[in-house]
Amino acid sequence: MTSIISAQNVVFEYISHDDNKVTALDNVSQEIKKGEFVAVLGHNGSGKSTLAKHFNALLLPSKGTVYIKGMDTRNEENTWNIRQTAGMVFQNPDNQIVATVVEEDVAFGPENLGVEPHEIRKRVDEALKTVGMQDYAKDAPHYLSGGQKQRISIAGVLAMKPECMILDEPTAMLDPSGRKEVMETIKRLNKEEGITIILITHFMDEAVQADRVVVMQRGNAIMQGTPKQVFAEIDKLKSVGLDVPQVTELCARLHKEGIDIPLDVLTVEEMVVELCRLK
Amino acid sequence: MPVEIKNLTHVYMKDTIFQHKALNDVSLTIEDGEFIGLIGHTGSGKSTLIQHLNALLKPSSGNIIIDGVDITAKGVSLKKIRQTVGLVFQYPEHQLFEETVYKDVAFGPQNLGLSREEIDLRVKESLMLVGLDYDALKDVSPFELSGGQKRRVAIAGVLAMKPKVLVLDEPTAGLDPKGRDEILGEIRRLHELQKLTVVLVSHSMEDIANLVDRIIVMSKGKVVLTDTPRNVFMQAEVLKNIGLDVPQVTHLVNELNKKGIKIKDCISVDEAFNELVKYLRSN
Ligand SMILES: Nc1ncnc2c1ncn2[C@@H]1O[C@H](COP(=O)(O)OP(=O)(O)OP(=O)(O)O)[C@@H](O)[C@H]1O
Ligand SMILES: Nc1ncnc2c1ncn2[C@@H]1O[C@H](COP(=O)(O)OP(=O)(O)OP(=O)(O)O)[C@@H](O)[C@H]1O
Ligand SMILES: [Mg+2]
Ligand SMILES: [Mg+2]
Repeated sequence: MTSIISAQNVVFEYISHDDNKVTALDNVSQEIKKGEFVAVLGHNGSGKSTLAKHFNALLLPSKGTVYIKGMDTRNEENTWNIRQTAGMVFQNPDNQIVATVVEEDVAFGPENLGVEPHEIRKRVDEALKTVGMQDYAKDAPHYLSGGQKQRISIAGVLAMKPECMILDEPTAMLDPSGRKEVMETIKRLNKEEGITIILITHFMDEAVQADRVVVMQRGNAIMQGTPKQVFAEIDKLKSVGLDVPQVTELCARLHKEGIDIPLDVLTVEEMVVELCRLK
Repeated sequence: MPVEIKNLTHVYMKDTIFQHKALNDVSLTIEDGEFIGLIGHTGSGKSTLIQHLNALLKPSSGNIIIDGVDITAKGVSLKKIRQTVGLVFQYPEHQLFEETVYKDVAFGPQNLGLSREEIDLRVKESLMLVGLDYDALKDVSPFELSGGQKRRVAIAGVLAMKPKVLVLDEPTAGLDPKGRDEILGEIRRLHELQKLTVVLVSHSMEDIANLVDRIIVMSKGKVVLTDTPRNVFMQAEVLKNIGLDVPQVTHLVNELNKKGIKIKDCISVDEAFNELVKYLRSN
């Protein structure tokens, strides 16, 4: 596998309105492989969104380099191709909604890419169906509920068929079944269509479904590995403001109690197997 | 402060093609000092319901009675209602508008006509409650904060008003786990110390299970179930059918029961831990 995203020694400083510098990324390096599903965790303000915005050239590094499919984000001529390659679902869907009718909103991306009208129609219908919003195609997005808006913004990016999707807390406002559906969609896009996924989330049960988990703290990537490797380190995760799934927590407590159960149990199914084995 | 909702119906954009009945004859009573969890699928009407509690939305029909006063009646003081019922919006961006974090949190208390010292005290106190560093952030623009930091400022702004009824619309969406636990812990503490009536809207079944006295379940503009967390989460199938779920440990116990491992229903990690230890030690 080759890297679709390569970030090397990225430093990023925001200049605030009163000219203060805020270092949001402090020497971050990341290689994201084509077809990989990476989850990014980290406390509020740790730099997740800032990093994500470097992956589609919305922000350019103050120091260091970011390459998307070999294209340097600092070179303006690449911006168009980069945005076509890496589509982004923003943290607040309100910032993403541009049209006054849902289907036009979803069509906006592919239209900008110059996709043929009948192909756009097909993609819009498919994308809306994927997120379960086909009944709302003619509605006004601004009047939808929080979770419904979030689904529309995901559909908008889906319709662009990017090679890589960056999703910044896409399920933050969804109900449990909506969250599951979005996670299923993401995994399907990843497994069946080979789309590279970068998922920023505060939900540990979502992160366990990734191939690799990256943990950010104060502008640095401080841990990474498979979900099993990362979530087995409960104390370290808690010390940086994070958590583990309830079943993982339960296993850690049982383990401390002297019960012979592994520390890297991540799902209900795994835990049922372990408990059946114990008796 | 008790809250009574009587036959509340809300129709958005009445008489247009966008007409939508978001609330359909909802009646419920919230006791003084109760901690309510309001859950429901996206679009079920939760935000619409709670925006009636401080008169941000007017009912199409029905009444809302807070501490004996019908706030839908003509001539009631909106200022007084909003002082009594503090509402934290679903999107913090909709709540933040001042140039600095300080001014933003001070906005409400200022409107109450409090002294400079009292305002200062409340701003400091509220920022501390939501885990933000006063000295580091007071002069920062709220628009230059991360998503979770913005949310904390929005919550601080409402806490600074010292409302009697605190209504929070998905206050922990976008917060990191530690921030979530801290803020929910503070809300619970305020509820216990000041007998604050709290309505918490959340999609996190885990948080709801750990915190609230009673759950109100909404689906398609109606209240479909209301009971203690234990009784509500025993109905996993009902919840799943309306887009909801149970806490992960409850799910675990249900699956174990299916495998013939009989342990009692659990809604928290603590309970599940105790039950499992008992079970595993039983022979
Ligand atoms: N527009 C901006 N101007 C100045 N500073 C900013 C701006 N946006 C973010 N920051 C600062 O940069 C740091 C990283 O912010 P970022 O939004 O990347 O965090 P995050 O990890 O996405 O957090 P969250 O989980 O809350 O969304 C924070 O300290 C934040 O205050
Ligand atoms: N301003 C508006 N105009 C027209 N319809 C609206 C408006 N606001 C909400 N609606 C509709 O009313 C219904 C209820 O919306 P509401 O925001 O109350 O749901 P919710 O339960 O808070 O959902 P979520 O969990 O997604 O926040 C939805 O179908 C929504 O599309
Ligand atoms: Mg962010
Ligand atoms: Mg809502």
